[in-house]
Amino acid sequence: MNNLISNIFLALILIFGQALFFNNINFLGSINPLIYIYFIAYFPLKNNRTLFIFCAFIYGFIIDIFSDTHAIHAAATLTIAFFRTYLLKLFFGMAYEHQVVKFKSIELKQNLFYLISIILIHHFILFSLEIFDISKISLIFKNTFEVLISTLIGIYILYELLIHRAK
Amino acid sequence: MQRIIYFLIRNKDFILFLSLLSICLSINISYNEYNKSKFLNSSNSLFSSLYNTKFTISKYFNLEYQNQLLMEENRKLRYSVYNPKNINLSIRKDKISFNVTSASVIKNSYSLSNNFVTIDVGINDSIEIDNGVISSKGVVGIIDKISPNYSRFISILNTKFLLNAKLKKSNYFGVLSWDGMNINRVQLSDVPKQANVSIGDTIVTGGNSLIFPKGILIGYVESFKLDNSENYLELQISLATDMRNIENLYVLKNNNLKEINSLDE
Repeated sequence: MNNLISNIFLALILIFGQALFFNNINFLGSINPLIYIYFIAYFPLKNNRTLFIFCAFIYGFIIDIFSDTHAIHAAATLTIAFFRTYLLKLFFGMAYEHQVVKFKSIELKQNLFYLISIILIHHFILFSLEIFDISKISLIFKNTFEVLISTLIGIYILYELLIHRAK
Repeated sequence: MQRIIYFLIRNKDFILFLSLLSICLSINISYNEYNKSKFLNSSNSLFSSLYNTKFTISKYFNLEYQNQLLMEENRKLRYSVYNPKNINLSIRKDKISFNVTSASVIKNSYSLSNNFVTIDVGINDSIEIDNGVISSKGVVGIIDKISPNYSRFISILNTKFLLNAKLKKSNYFGVLSWDGMNINRVQLSDVPKQANVSIGDTIVTGGNSLIFPKGILIGYVESFKLDNSENYLELQISLATDMRNIENLYVLKNNNLKEINSLDE
C-alpha cells in the first residue's frame, strides 16, 4: 500500500516536472530531456504486467495532453512498457529470471546499456510519429540522438539520487 | 472454444498492447489527416488554468525585455502621430478593416516540429478560428482552436503552416512554410525566377488570404537558390520575430470576412 502511494506520488512529480520545467529547457534551441521515462525504466520489478502496460498508456497520454501532441508519447511509452521485460531478460539474463535483480545494485555498464536501449526505442517511435514523414528520416535520427543524450544524462542523475544513494 | 480462450489469456499482455497501440496510432493518423481532435489540447479549461498559474509566476522574469519591445512600439506609434505624412498603415487605406485584440502567451512551444501556442483570449473576446496572430515585429501564427477564455494558434514554426507571402519590393508571390530544421529560419518556395531577389530583401504578407492584412512583416531573405524544376526560386528567410521570446501579441480579425465569403457560395 505504502509502495503504491509512493509510486503514484513519483509519477505525479515526474508529470508536472516534465510539463512545467523540462519541456521548457530548450537547450541549443530545441533539446528537451524527456525524464518522465524514468518511471517506466525503474518501475519495481515485481508487478502485474497487464496493469503496468495499461498504466504506462495512461501515463503517456497525460504527458501528451500537457505537451499538445497527439498520442505520440502514449504510443512510445506503451511500447517500452511492453518490451521492458524482454530488455531486462536480455541485459540481466538468469539473474532476472530467478528474480534476484535489484536496481539498487546493478553494474554501471549493464545499467547504461539497459537505459540506452529503452530510451532509443522510445525516442525513435516518438519522433517518427511526431514528424510522420518518411522523407524526413534524417531529421528523425537527428532529433532522436540529440534528445537521447540529454534524456540519458537526466535519468542517470535521477537514478543516482533516488535509487543508488538512497540505501 | 476453450483453446481460443486459453490463447487469449496466455497472450493477454500482447493483445492489450496491440489494442492500445492501435488507439494511439488512430488518434495520431487522424490528426495528421487534419481531422483535429476536439478536446485533447491545452486550451481546455483544466490545463489552461494550470498553465495560467505558471505564466503569472514566470512572466516576471521576462518583464524587462517585454517592456523594451512595448516602448519601441509606442515610440513608433507616437512618431507617426506627430508626423502625419509618415502614416503607412496599410490597414487604413484598404477597404478591408481588421479588429485588433491584444493577448498574452500562456504557453509557448518551439522545440517540436509541429508547434502550437496558447493565448489568453477566446470566444468571449470575439476571437474566431482562422484569425491571424502577429507580434509587434511580425507574423507569428493563425488561430486553430478556441474555448471561452483561451485559444490556441498554429505557430509559424509548424510544418503544416502555410501562408501566402510576397517580396516587398517586387510583389512576386510565394508560399511560406517551415521545414522543421532551424527555429530562426523559414522557407519561401514557388517564387518565379524572374523575381529580382537579393539578400536582405524584406518579405511581407501577401494579402491574398484574408487572414492577414497586406504588408505585415515576416522576415528577411538570408539566401536563395533554384529549386529542382529550375523555374522557381527557393528562399531561406530569417524570421523577424524571435519565436523563443513572444509574450504580447495581437489577434487580427477580418471584419469583412462574412461578406466576402458569401460571394463564393
